[in-house]
Amino acid sequence: MSNTGTMQKLLDVQGLTKHFTIRGGILNRVEGAVKAVDGVSFSVNKGEILGIVGESGCGKSTLARLLMGLITPDSGTVTIGGQEMKMRGRSLVDLRRRMQMVFQDSHASFNPQRTILDAIAYAPRVHGKSKQQAEAEARDLLTRVGLQADRFAERYPMELSGGQRQRVNIARALALQPEILILDESVSALDKSVEAQILNLLQQLKAEFGLTYLFISHDLNVIEYLSDSVLVMYLGQVVERGPVQDVYSNPTHPYTKALLASKPSLDPRKRTTAAPIAGDPPSPINPPSGCRFRTRCLHAEAICGKRAPKLTAVGTEAHQVACLMNEPGSGHSKAAA
Amino acid sequence: MSVVSATASKASASQPRFPVLRRLLPETPTVIAMIALLLIVLMAVFAPWITTGEPYQGSALARLKPIGTPGHWLGTDEIGRDMWTRLAYGGRLSLIAGIAPVVLALIIGGGLGLYAGYAGGRANTIIMRVMDVFYAFPSVLLAVAVGAMAGSGLLNTVATLTIVFVPPFVRVTESVSTRIRHMDFIEAARATGIPTWRIILHHMLGNVAGPIVVYATSYASISLILSAGLSFLGLGVPPPAAEWGQMLNSLRQSIYIQPWLSALPGFMIFVTSMSLNVISDGLRNALDLKKQM
Repeated sequence: MSNTGTMQKLLDVQGLTKHFTIRGGILNRVEGAVKAVDGVSFSVNKGEILGIVGESGCGKSTLARLLMGLITPDSGTVTIGGQEMKMRGRSLVDLRRRMQMVFQDSHASFNPQRTILDAIAYAPRVHGKSKQQAEAEARDLLTRVGLQADRFAERYPMELSGGQRQRVNIARALALQPEILILDESVSALDKSVEAQILNLLQQLKAEFGLTYLFISHDLNVIEYLSDSVLVMYLGQVVERGPVQDVYSNPTHPYTKALLASKPSLDPRKRTTAAPIAGDPPSPINPPSGCRFRTRCLHAEAICGKRAPKLTAVGTEAHQVACLMNEPGSGHSKAAA
Repeated sequence: MSVVSATASKASASQPRFPVLRRLLPETPTVIAMIALLLIVLMAVFAPWITTGEPYQGSALARLKPIGTPGHWLGTDEIGRDMWTRLAYGGRLSLIAGIAPVVLALIIGGGLGLYAGYAGGRANTIIMRVMDVFYAFPSVLLAVAVGAMAGSGLLNTVATLTIVFVPPFVRVTESVSTRIRHMDFIEAARATGIPTWRIILHHMLGNVAGPIVVYATSYASISLILSAGLSFLGLGVPPPAAEWGQMLNSLRQSIYIQPWLSALPGFMIFVTSMSLNVISDGLRNALDLKKQM
């Protein structure tokens, strides 16, 4: 799981951007744009788990939907195993065979009129498998995700509990034999004991199928438990990324610091005393100039409004932060000259 | 929730083949309506065997005989034609004129609505705005206008009513499918690379069908009344064809001589449309549309 140089980059994302235009008025003119995802770049090695963390509305789910081609990016590239994916046509079908997604809401993500077996086996059938083969494989997958195939195959999604449905959700994603699985808040809606079971199942499946995960969550503890590296997003941009030990032991961006400080501690002597950041994130429609976090940052200076920070290494090359305080010669009083 | 899932799993263990029908049957009004409608349909279908078989055979001597006359148990009309025969034969045309436009509108309007709901954006805007143009006219007025342009006849009546019914069907289907379109399971299906037409057929249609079929049954009675109305106005099936609305029109002059006799076609229209309405309500409850949405 360590970041040795021998590991190959499986997924590489460069400058992924999606602005949703807002139209209004009688003439339906463009009045603005929600900068949901703005120049996000990262890469994941084969067999790794990348945790993506950030508060609500920071663009985590949009990022997932962009990667799946559910919405078309404005710009940026997605490369899987050295092959650049065009986000339309045949290439998109290919992309979806290699990358699959597990949705958050286990209730809404199933057609209430179709059985569990049908939910899992339908996509492989559409992609050319025979009914018998697809259904046999679906039953096998049900067993692998810890559900007795004979008991559950013919049931309807409504008859299952949230945890059971989430297992089926995972089985459905695995049915196309992907290499990468995007888990968009996939355990957030479950209660803690079920969440732990699903997390263990995910680790077991990862070993079994040689999977790579993109694990999107707002839960810092889950990310720390599961991930190899972590990506911190704020208002559609990456503010810090790196191996999970580095980021958690040495958080450098003020936002990451605040997030980690707000993580509830089980030790009563380490009570969270003051609110680490105040207020809500600003609107992504007109994000602050320069550094987007400056409106809530304790260290904001005049320069932060003028210059957008670039991702710069902290200590190791893998650990990078987008903050002017960490950019030598940026003009910030706390930056090195 | 636990009670629901317990009963649901019990039900699924025994694999009910017609769950909707099973929930429909204990409803007394629905059952009565279904029996009434079935009798009317059977009457129309078997008209040649259960009547004199001569809906156009008049008799100058036996005009406007009252109900209960030997040989003509429902009496005769203003030119001596047997009422029972004409009512049974009239059921054929009336039922066709009542049901065919609804089925056609269901297919055309449902298809357009499904597509508009799934595609969204510009396609949706174009389809819905075109439908709004039809909405600008009251439906009866629109039917009369189209009927007057197309002329009388069964085929024209069906075409006219289809045009009148397509816009509401598009609107209802569009609103239901827009809601379903944005549910996660459609996204999930797209994410697994299932082609659009298969998503619409496999995932959308089944979930849209319930509300739309209920809506269609409620429209069948409207269609029946409108087609009878068109015939009454002379825009529907031309005389001497037996059709309830047209019969009502020709018996209108005899209403002071034989009021009960003159009301018979109206009674048939009333019973049929009531039955359709009650069945529609029963279906709505049996499908439990609230649970789905």
